[in-house]
Amino acid sequence: MTTAPARPDAPPTGTSGPYVGAPVDRVDGVVKTTGAARFAAEHPYPGLAHAALVHATIPRGRVTWIDSAAALAVDGVLAVITHENAPAMRPVKTQSVLDLSTLVPGSTVNHLASDEVHWDGQPVAVVVAESRQIALHAASLVRATYRELPSTVDFATEKRNALPQKKSVVDPGRAAKGDAEAALSTAAVAVDHLYTTPVHHHNALELHTTTAVWDGDRLTVHEPTQGIDWTRKHLAHRFGVPVENVRVIAPFVGGAFGGKWHVWAGTLLTVLAARVVGRPVRLVLTREGVYRTVGGRSPSEQRVALGADADGTLTALIHTSVTQVGRVGGGPEPATGLSRYAYAAENVLVEQKQIALDLVPNTYMRAPGEAIGSFALESAIDELAHELGVDPIELRMRNEPERDPIDGRRFSHRKLREVYALGAERFGWAGRSLRPRSTRDGRWLVGTGVATAFHPANLFPANVTVRISADGGVLVRCGLHEMGMGAATAQAQIAADALGVPIESVRVEHGDSTLPAAPAASGSTQTASIASSLLAACEKLKRSALALARGSADSPLRGAKPAEVQARDGGLHAARGGETYAAILARAGRSSLDAAVGAERGFAAVAGQVRFMSKFLLDRRRWVRAASGAQFCEVRVDAHTGEVRVTRWVGAFDVGTVINAKTVASQLRGGIVMGIGMALSEATVVDPRTGRIVNPGLAEYHVPVHADVPPIEIHCLGDPDPTMPAGVLGAGEVGITGVAAAIANAVHHATGRRVRDLPVTLDDLL
Amino acid sequence: MRPFGYVSAPDVATAVRVVSTEPNAKFLGGGTNLVDLMREGVERPDTLVDVTGLPLTAIEELPGGGVRIGALVRNARLAADPLIRSRYPVLSRALLSGASAQLRNVATVGGNLVQRTRCPYFYDHASACNKREPGAGCDAIGGVNRNHAVLGASEHCIATHPSDMAVALAALDAVVELESVRGTRRVPLLDLHRLPGETPHVETVLTADELITAVELPHLPVAAASHYRKVRDRASYAFALVSVAAALHVREGVVTDVRLALGGVAAKPWRAHQAERVLLGAEATEEVFLRAADAELAAATGLPDNTFKIELARRTIVATLQELLTDGSAA
Ligand SMILES: Cc1cc2nc3c(=O)[nH]c(=O)nc-3n(C[C@H](O)[C@H](O)[C@H](O)COP(=O)(O)OP(=O)(O)OC[C@H]3O[C@@H](n4cnc5c(N)ncnc54)[C@H](O)[C@@H]3O)c2cc1C
Ligand code: SF4
Repeated sequence: MTTAPARPDAPPTGTSGPYVGAPVDRVDGVVKTTGAARFAAEHPYPGLAHAALVHATIPRGRVTWIDSAAALAVDGVLAVITHENAPAMRPVKTQSVLDLSTLVPGSTVNHLASDEVHWDGQPVAVVVAESRQIALHAASLVRATYRELPSTVDFATEKRNALPQKKSVVDPGRAAKGDAEAALSTAAVAVDHLYTTPVHHHNALELHTTTAVWDGDRLTVHEPTQGIDWTRKHLAHRFGVPVENVRVIAPFVGGAFGGKWHVWAGTLLTVLAARVVGRPVRLVLTREGVYRTVGGRSPSEQRVALGADADGTLTALIHTSVTQVGRVGGGPEPATGLSRYAYAAENVLVEQKQIALDLVPNTYMRAPGEAIGSFALESAIDELAHELGVDPIELRMRNEPERDPIDGRRFSHRKLREVYALGAERFGWAGRSLRPRSTRDGRWLVGTGVATAFHPANLFPANVTVRISADGGVLVRCGLHEMGMGAATAQAQIAADALGVPIESVRVEHGDSTLPAAPAASGSTQTASIASSLLAACEKLKRSALALARGSADSPLRGAKPAEVQARDGGLHAARGGETYAAILARAGRSSLDAAVGAERGFAAVAGQVRFMSKFLLDRRRWVRAASGAQFCEVRVDAHTGEVRVTRWVGAFDVGTVINAKTVASQLRGGIVMGIGMALSEATVVDPRTGRIVNPGLAEYHVPVHADVPPIEIHCLGDPDPTMPAGVLGAGEVGITGVAAAIANAVHHATGRRVRDLPVTLDDLL
Repeated sequence: MRPFGYVSAPDVATAVRVVSTEPNAKFLGGGTNLVDLMREGVERPDTLVDVTGLPLTAIEELPGGGVRIGALVRNARLAADPLIRSRYPVLSRALLSGASAQLRNVATVGGNLVQRTRCPYFYDHASACNKREPGAGCDAIGGVNRNHAVLGASEHCIATHPSDMAVALAALDAVVELESVRGTRRVPLLDLHRLPGETPHVETVLTADELITAVELPHLPVAAASHYRKVRDRASYAFALVSVAAALHVREGVVTDVRLALGGVAAKPWRAHQAERVLLGAEATEEVFLRAADAELAAATGLPDNTFKIELARRTIVATLQELLTDGSAA
């Protein structure tokens, strides 16, 4: 692992030990492969009842009549809860940056509080029964009639009515430099096209599942969530109980990808149902239920226009987008975000518009904004390269910015030249013909394509405690989210190196709201955010240990200064020798030493929040921080049928420090696989007449299968970002960005056909 | 799922008797289609008669050189059978291109033949579907219909039959044996499925109490050079957009024997008789193959989402015949 020169305000990188960077096996590997790990639907409770949802079948209107009689007549049914008999929940709070938990409601609808229907699929009843089978059967017997009201559901026809997106702290929605339209009209060479992407769904293997248990006014919820702390606060608010009374437990989440960031109807209604029947209640949504009640990625129409001099120097870059939100929730999809930083164009205009529809609100999905934005931008760059007759990597390098092209901020770690060089070498890019349709292998037209991957790096405040015990064991406690990415493993590695102990002696407790609060797992921020606090806590712990030792006449660390002390071999060492933590604790007669970073509540917590927000804003003014990469692929297109198969992949990335070579590669690879789906097969189809999702299941929503995925080679620079904790830029999302463009570019190279509407399917190529 | 009764049939006589006497009873094969449809509330039987214990699991060579396949042979086993692989490779390939390994291990020949369409509106009780509810209308027409039929559809239904195996059997002149309390009868596979017309809910000529007991393949030397080409967006685990089952024999550049059937284009496995007529006795050239494809597809009509299938079928027919011609197996 290489280490970059430290800058004055650089936080400790903590990357000197044996574990950080190594392909350490997951600490949760054994419990998961042996089935011992308990997921949210696997916790037994005496008297557990099961729920099922009944979904509205109109896009907008009112329930005029709902008949529960047939359902109630089924043996084993405990309750049918509808708007006619549901106890009230408190309405959602207005969103505020001072209380980030106000951002988590998936929609503003107060479920079952009225007869109103806001989207096709919205729950209109919950059936509770002795078994899931009975509940599902009874739910199918609930009959509802509706008075339909006018609705707008079709993105394709409504997009022309889109309005500029409202500005927010995180996403201004618009940025401009110079006069891009004017520059475009006078450019020597220009491309100007529309690109579209459909709705996508996350399709985590684990369905959305809630187990809710009331004990008086205390509530325990097992919930696969990406945001334990905010879910807890939100539930406390909706059900009118103190936050302290709510416990949210999620040690393992079976995949999320953004789909488990918000609190959706199913969670709330399970808690409500448990209150109604006075028993623990579990709801495992059907796969169809997930599609109907949990949002997906917004569809988009994007315009990218590029103007350049004859030598390929960009004079104009325009990237505008239209995306959708639900009329009752959802948020902006920052599709143009990456175009602010991508190229050193003289004139830039990026602008996002949106349209509100009567559909389930949209939500985050892996690399919101960049995943689809990179498809449009990186396809357009390829189109321009083709127009100019220039190698597409060469065109990118000619326009590689030194600073933020719009406002001149510095890049903390801009390594696109390096990742392109690395990727091109590993892929064997040199000597590639610029001419489309130049390679044929039997029935296959062969092409190669490339695109830039880019994902911003951010940080959120995290609370962590670390304890070292007399037996030398280390316990890290943090309510972090283990969704399969290896989050706990990464923190165990960091703690082991920071304290100089074997990783086997580190235990990480996670996934429980009784632990110190972690930020939501989103935006690829979890590893860096927690590492920041964990490194600080380990530092505190070492100082306390040293304080115990240095005052003691018998300690080899007597009089040692923190700066001369090294943590290794299970203890602290200075010039005159050292000793283990166990020895230090034993001498001092202590059973353990503790260190904590971050306050859970009270004034200190608020102050921490304010401190964080100001640092967040300051950092944003100073740095552009991002993970990036270069995606290279080879595709084969059947000359007769137009079938597209991806046959080779090389991804070269800058994710800052690689904490764990194995799990980082898996994250990046997983992102690429998801990107292949986005490029070639994934689309949630909404019936334009009714707003009803037509393919709510894995039989008709086609994620890639093994046969669609080629061997994927991953390379990382492994060079720490000097401005990020532990040098980490985040690896969870950057992998999916650029993938669809690389494939569309390769398809163009293979066939001469440019497809600008995802997914690229064979009918586009006949 | 609605509650239902379950009977495991010990022999064919019991199976057909129970289904003919119990109201609203159905045969249960591997259950990979029927159970899914019951979960969705599309199929609502009161009794399931499990036929997987019946002794209809043999694959036997017939005296004349044909092969008899028991209706309860699992798809995976049929695909791997040496006799099938050498004499009717098209059937083996069709089976292997279908579903997933797990499903093929369970799915039976009988169940595969009468599996129901994958039209999404058929599965969705909130949509109008003439097949599910005669007279209700068809939401696929004017809706989402990329996977729907371009041949033999009607204004009442444009669904396709999803089976790959059946397309190969259609090319191979297979005969289906049926058993009921009224006795045994034999139906050519090509007559088993019906086009939708005004009654899309009536999908086959089977009566509700008839059990498929076997499928017989005739002695068919041309089938030794046969191929199944399935075209789809995803490389595996997806239904055909278009598929072609073809067997070809060419002597001195002239087509001396040919079998051709299409999948993914109609409510039944579509035997391409028109194309065969053009091909037989004609020169085995790309131009003739194209002419044959065009003859077959002259009657095809598409909707906005699925018109591409016509061109796709045309190209796939030609490519499949070309492949048989150039890999030497057709000679
Ligand atoms: C996700 C998925 C993907 C699939 N992909 C493909 C594909 O790509 N290609 C393809 O061809 N198929 C595909 N299939 C369908 C699969 O091939 C069928 O489900 C299977 O062949 C049905 O056989 P079964 O024995 O399970 O039938 P069952 O589900 O048991 O029965 C189906 C129907 O046949 C009736 N039946 C069963 N046996 C008899 C009998 N002996 N006589 C009379 N009636 C009988 C039943 O009453 C029922 O109506 C897929 C299925 C799934 C779930
Ligand atoms: S195409 Fe046939 S199966 Fe599909 S909705 Fe129309 S009638 Fe029903």
